[in-house]
Amino acid sequence: MAGLAPTYGRGAMTNAWTDIRNANLILSMGGNSAEAHPVGFRWVVEAKEKNNAKLISIDPRFTRTGAVADYHASIRTGTDIVFLGGLINFLLTTDQINHEYVKAYTDVAIIVKEDFDFHDGLFSGYKQDDVRTYDKSSWSYEFDESGMVKEDPTLQHPRCVYQLMRKHYSRYTIEMVESVCGMPRDQVQKVWDMIAETAAEDKTMTILYALGWTQHSVGAQMIRTGAMVQLLLGNIGQLGGGVNALRGHSNIQGLTDLGLLSNLFPGYIRMPSHEEQSFDKYIEARAKQPLRPEQVSYWKYFKRFHVSLMKAWFGDAATAENDWCYDWIPKLTEPLYDVLHTIERMKNGEMTGYLAQGFNFLASFPNKHKSIEALSKLKYLVVMDPLDIETTEFWKNHGEFNDVDSSKIQTEVFRLPTTCFAEENGSIVNSCRWLQWHWRAAPPPGESRPDVAIMAGIFHRLQGMYRDEGGVFPDPIFNLTWPYSNPEDPNPEELAQEYNGRALADLPSADGKTITHKKGDLLDDFGYLTDDGRTACGCWIFSGCWTRGGNMMDRRDNSDPYNVGITLGWAWAWPLNRRILYNRASARPDGTSWAPEKRLIWWNGERWAGADIPDFPWTSPPSAGAGPFILNQEGVAHFFGGSMMAEGPFPEHYEPFESPLDYNPLHPNNPAARNNPAARVFVNDRAQFGTSKEFPYAATTYRITEHFHFWTTHARLNAIMQPEKFVEIGEDLANELGIKAGDTVKVTSKRGFIRAIAVVTKRIHKLQVEGRTVHQIGIPIHWGFKGVARKGFLTNTLTPVVGDANTQTPEFKSFLVNVEKA
Amino acid sequence: MRGDQINLQNIVARSATTEPSPHVREGGVEKVAKLIDVSRCIGCKACQVACSEWNDLRDEIGHCDGSYNNPADLSPETFQLMRFNEYVNEDGNLEWLIRKDNCMHCAEPGCLKACPAPGAIVQYANGIVDFNSEHCIGCGYCVSGCPFNIPRISKKDQKAYKCTLCSDRVYHGLEPACAKSCPTGAIMFGTKEDMTEHALMRVGQLNDRGYANAGLYDPPGVGGTHVMYVLQHADKPEIYSNLPRDPQISPLVDLWKGITKPIMSAMIGLTALAGFAHYVMKGPKEEPEETPDEDIRREARKEDRL
Repeated sequence: MAGLAPTYGRGAMTNAWTDIRNANLILSMGGNSAEAHPVGFRWVVEAKEKNNAKLISIDPRFTRTGAVADYHASIRTGTDIVFLGGLINFLLTTDQINHEYVKAYTDVAIIVKEDFDFHDGLFSGYKQDDVRTYDKSSWSYEFDESGMVKEDPTLQHPRCVYQLMRKHYSRYTIEMVESVCGMPRDQVQKVWDMIAETAAEDKTMTILYALGWTQHSVGAQMIRTGAMVQLLLGNIGQLGGGVNALRGHSNIQGLTDLGLLSNLFPGYIRMPSHEEQSFDKYIEARAKQPLRPEQVSYWKYFKRFHVSLMKAWFGDAATAENDWCYDWIPKLTEPLYDVLHTIERMKNGEMTGYLAQGFNFLASFPNKHKSIEALSKLKYLVVMDPLDIETTEFWKNHGEFNDVDSSKIQTEVFRLPTTCFAEENGSIVNSCRWLQWHWRAAPPPGESRPDVAIMAGIFHRLQGMYRDEGGVFPDPIFNLTWPYSNPEDPNPEELAQEYNGRALADLPSADGKTITHKKGDLLDDFGYLTDDGRTACGCWIFSGCWTRGGNMMDRRDNSDPYNVGITLGWAWAWPLNRRILYNRASARPDGTSWAPEKRLIWWNGERWAGADIPDFPWTSPPSAGAGPFILNQEGVAHFFGGSMMAEGPFPEHYEPFESPLDYNPLHPNNPAARNNPAARVFVNDRAQFGTSKEFPYAATTYRITEHFHFWTTHARLNAIMQPEKFVEIGEDLANELGIKAGDTVKVTSKRGFIRAIAVVTKRIHKLQVEGRTVHQIGIPIHWGFKGVARKGFLTNTLTPVVGDANTQTPEFKSFLVNVEKA
Repeated sequence: MRGDQINLQNIVARSATTEPSPHVREGGVEKVAKLIDVSRCIGCKACQVACSEWNDLRDEIGHCDGSYNNPADLSPETFQLMRFNEYVNEDGNLEWLIRKDNCMHCAEPGCLKACPAPGAIVQYANGIVDFNSEHCIGCGYCVSGCPFNIPRISKKDQKAYKCTLCSDRVYHGLEPACAKSCPTGAIMFGTKEDMTEHALMRVGQLNDRGYANAGLYDPPGVGGTHVMYVLQHADKPEIYSNLPRDPQISPLVDLWKGITKPIMSAMIGLTALAGFAHYVMKGPKEEPEETPDEDIRREARKEDRL
């Protein structure tokens, strides 16, 4: 997650589902945890019952989470940074923070460069006339002669992070929050007071968020603001604390872990840009060295991870002499080949073919009409999916649900039916990084084949064509290792072992007296990786999942010896089976626990011990002074994000690209700071943004518990439970428009319209924003023109094409519509 | 047991029947109960799906009626459903009250009392009220006899259907499918005694959290029920999608039972006059054998759990 990694070092959910029960307060914001994660929600219920925890739900709508919350407050969609920035201001000005934690475990004392500045909504270095980017050179620290950061432990220096943060958020007053978020002041205060109580050393709050934060043009910064709040309260690394990214798909954590993002190799290895043609410089830029004395800065071992990956991919062909095949790996000409970028290129006729694997292209991406236009430009489209999804029939006229002229579309569509998770062995990585092995429950139907087998088939045919006909750049095609027992269908067990890694030569112990691994042995963990070609590892963070001891992922021992919800014998979690990340911070700087009921790990005089695997060098004593955030170069967590975020080192509120306000209340006179100044917007897409005059209502999209995306509308029982597309409209607006529950309504955006049944509800109410009334509309994403449920319009007919400036995740959560009785 | 879920040995009451049920067994059957803790329920409908799956039921793919209630009502293919109500409390705050609606398995079941078809409705020693569809004549009197508006008559086979409390599963020592599927533990199943005890603990917790009127719904008007609710506002059960405040069997049923039913039963079942006399004198219901020593029963229950 692009907000967590720049703050804590890793982008993953910090704690475990089973740990939520240890919380004293649960903040469900930027997600509807009961609705979208009903099974994991049991731990919230358990916290309430067993720990007398309170649950706060903040959402544009009163949701299923709200139904069991102790307190609900409605917020205008897209304004979470204002609420959380106000909370930071409140915690700082009322001094309700965990001082010892903040001083020891965060960057508050570090001094920032003199030319760093923030003025009227823009940080220093903005290239106003350029392509909406920043020159980030001023977003950095002051360094001493030895290359270490300068610090002021008294926190008095005007440019120390603490003072800069104070100043930055001083503008986020409660009046501003009330006016921008549309949340009455007494509600804001009530929530802030509840949250502030968890600054106490024996109290923790956990934050549960999901796509309600991610899918905004400032999504990553929303997450980061929440992450900063948790640092002030001392709630990271703690039992019942954390910022928990609840993943929307059972294996989406595995997707990012294994490098399915377009700019990452497995294990979060950042791919080179086209400007990085030198292997040494590529390594140097990523092998981050400590910026404070005695810090771990674990990325300093980057070369080990990278070289071992190249050995897994190219085997003997990867040598020191050819820089481990550095010239063979792709170099990015764009920061990200994200899907919005891909659709734009496709629409511009720059692509011939497209393999849509594992998603429903037409249904899942914004502005369906643009997607259809883009797909229509292709020569061929291959859809790999277990279901007969809408994408495969983008060219077919389904009445007003998909009103296209088929005669004008020449794209050839191939369907390759795949198996689904229940029809194959394998591991699924859940939200909290557990790799849980599963076994095939049923044989695959018909001619369906595993995705891996299909990819293997494509690879072998491609290789054959190269062999028979020749082709450009053949080396990586011919030298890719393929050591599988059945080359046409590599099995999941073999792949898991490849990710774990092996010794390619005998590996001596540190003292050289013994051999830790014989040649060919599976590695115990990534601590044994080398940067000289003696190890191969397909995904370094997964190293330890399948060792000489066997498959660690299929373990099912749920004993919990410390009775804190930590079950180290159940499956296996990356990294190194650690269950709560940054757990060194569960102890004070001196190694003792913050409170008896929050004991997680502690210094026992010789080593770190306790319920969890220490996320820290096991024998590094408190006196050595290493910080708990071992991936960060400073060893501490970041309030100041440096150059890691696209739009600035401190999160700042910008309005959604389609907002009921045509200015940013924080910077009313600076149009450049109205929306995220670093967001990428394609010219034609900008022309497709609507205004509040034409489209007066703020809309947000979401999932409902009865359905999973566009799959379960193919399943009869799910279709029975929620048969038909609906939108949710507050009673205030419905009365104004003469709409009754059960009426069909037409919802229109600048990009198209849908029709759906109106659910008229008290759960959405009008908000007072900047002195006027704002109505919000809720639109579930489900239903389409395929499957067994009632046919419906695709919600993404309505949504705008603009993404978060860091991840390019589309802004599905905030846009403008009009509503009328159909 | 599926398809033939009537456990003949443990019946303690049967509709419109005069002969006594077999009763040589020596007790040992405890009263069971399903406890639905509304304060823990998120309305996810996993229980609805599990119910359909276990009972092999597939209702029509209906329409959205402008609410989250789907299907819109109970039916012969929908034995239970979640009913959602938006309630503004005295403080002006919104509460979304979600109640799982299904057969309450009354200790004094109005459906059984009203049913004219011999043996079509039975009550087991464990308290479950079950429909034996083989004997159902589809007259619909159970519908009017039910104070909770639960049974539905199928247009396919003209027989009445409702939740069985998974009597087939329970007979084999399993919890009902809904309880098994509930992700938040809002549906629990156990002995009525244990469930009552747990419910009162939860009521105490809710009181502490500010729900002064939290309480257990186990209405005495029908002799108590084997499906009970923990309600945040037990003083106002009607706000939970019209849960009856004080359910009673309609007086019409008594009238029916007193006059019409024996005659009807005699005609339908061709019951012998002696049997008729027995029915009139002793009534349809027999109390189960009770093991006198409460401690022994409790010990036995503990052993069962090990």
